[in-house]
Amino acid sequence: MDNLHIDQHISRRYNEELEDIRNRVLAMGGLVEQQLQDAMEALEKRDGRLAARVIENDYQVNAMEVSIDEECNTVLARRQPAASDLRLIVAVIKTITDLERIGDEAERIARMASRMVGEEHAARLFTQIRNLGHHVRGMVHGALDAFAHLDTEKAVKIWSEDRLVDEEYDSLMRELMTFMMEDPRSIPNILQAMFAARAIERIGDRATNICEYVIYLVRGKDVRHTRVDQQLQE
Amino acid sequence: MNHERVLMADMETNTAGNIDPSLLNESTGEHTEDICLKVEGLDLYYGDTHALDNINMLIPRQRVTAFIGPSGCGKSTLLRCFNRMNDLVDNVRISGTILLDEMDIYASSVQVAQLRQRIGMVFQKPNPFPKSIYENVAYGLRLQGVKSRRRLDEIVEKALRGAALWDEVKDRLHDNALGMSGGQQQRLVIARAIAVEPEVLLLDEPASALDPISTLKIEELIDELKEKYTIVIVTHNMQQAARVSDYTAFMYMGRLIEHGSTNTMFTNPSEKMTEDYITGRYG
Repeated sequence: MDNLHIDQHISRRYNEELEDIRNRVLAMGGLVEQQLQDAMEALEKRDGRLAARVIENDYQVNAMEVSIDEECNTVLARRQPAASDLRLIVAVIKTITDLERIGDEAERIARMASRMVGEEHAARLFTQIRNLGHHVRGMVHGALDAFAHLDTEKAVKIWSEDRLVDEEYDSLMRELMTFMMEDPRSIPNILQAMFAARAIERIGDRATNICEYVIYLVRGKDVRHTRVDQQLQE
Repeated sequence: MNHERVLMADMETNTAGNIDPSLLNESTGEHTEDICLKVEGLDLYYGDTHALDNINMLIPRQRVTAFIGPSGCGKSTLLRCFNRMNDLVDNVRISGTILLDEMDIYASSVQVAQLRQRIGMVFQKPNPFPKSIYENVAYGLRLQGVKSRRRLDEIVEKALRGAALWDEVKDRLHDNALGMSGGQQQRLVIARAIAVEPEVLLLDEPASALDPISTLKIEELIDELKEKYTIVIVTHNMQQAARVSDYTAFMYMGRLIEHGSTNTMFTNPSEKMTEDYITGRYG
């Protein structure tokens, strides 16, 4: 966070409060990444125990969201943050909302994984979405990295990857539909796979949101609902 | 006036003035704070004016307690009760008790000069003596009879460091204090107050005559000083109260309306009057 100079207030305690908030967002991000990774692994390996653990751990993500929100409220009420400090708080409040939703999607994936346990013939389906999952996990990691280093270039790069994820998702859908037509008995399993793919695709959208907040935080420019890459060239 | 009547009606039914801040501390409901000053049933009249109306409050040790409220609400009057500054005002009548570590400060046996050594005060306008920086800080010590040059040097340096002023003035200790900037003068006055090692520091609008950066420096200083002292600050700047204090007391027309942890007071006060005041709806 060097270029925001959050450690240069006259009030030392204010520095500490902002630093603490930032660290806790990164910790929450780390937990969400872990949840996502475990959920994907549970899906690939149809590992019921791992899936159960993901479902169980979701409360931790929720608790972190609530407590970081509270800390942000306190800073707003007591410090009246301005300029980059204000953008930091606003960006954090939005980022943790998206992180919490990513956590929910991971939990959803884990639930699907636990339903698929024992369905050996479904293995083929889930290797198909492994690539999509891998890609999206990389986006979440990159978005958090951009947040940690206030790296707008990285944020733009991750943001533009979402288009590729959407394309992958579309082609996966077509493929899954083909499977359905080939063998209607597989439809229940394929539907599960579709829901999982949908959850993964949504996580990609959440990751791009976080990238937009990073750009807002660093540049003071709200790039939501625009072509971020073009916006920044202007 | 209509509004005024409604507010008075609110106050009639309001019992929140007696909230014990130590009980408000988080969820445990236990006494987690060590109490330094205890005010019990304090009433103060200036002639016929009832300036403080049955004030009951606890001021925790080594914490910053801020008094906020509109002009004339009694916050400065209450602050001045703590080191008996109101004794100097004609026509003043005070009843009730104020205990400093269980000692009744209005007891006849109390010597006011000694009391003020334990409870120091800093005013709105910096009031250094027209003497050198060094002599300003050493003044109280000389009154106490400290003569050793080495001891004086030591304490002056310690007090100036404590007031975050040492680095700025160490090369000109013998310059006249009146040549310093307002913010520096205010920190000098704080150094003078802490040189005699009081337990409590009363700050009456200590930053209202200063520019924003000097104000932040004073606030940062307050944050450091609370490690050693109990601090009570009167401010008409609510945001300042929010920034510097651990506990906030809101007063209105001589009454203590609400007193609680600053976090709670500024995010979710229990009294509507407090809410209206801190959100700028009246006051």
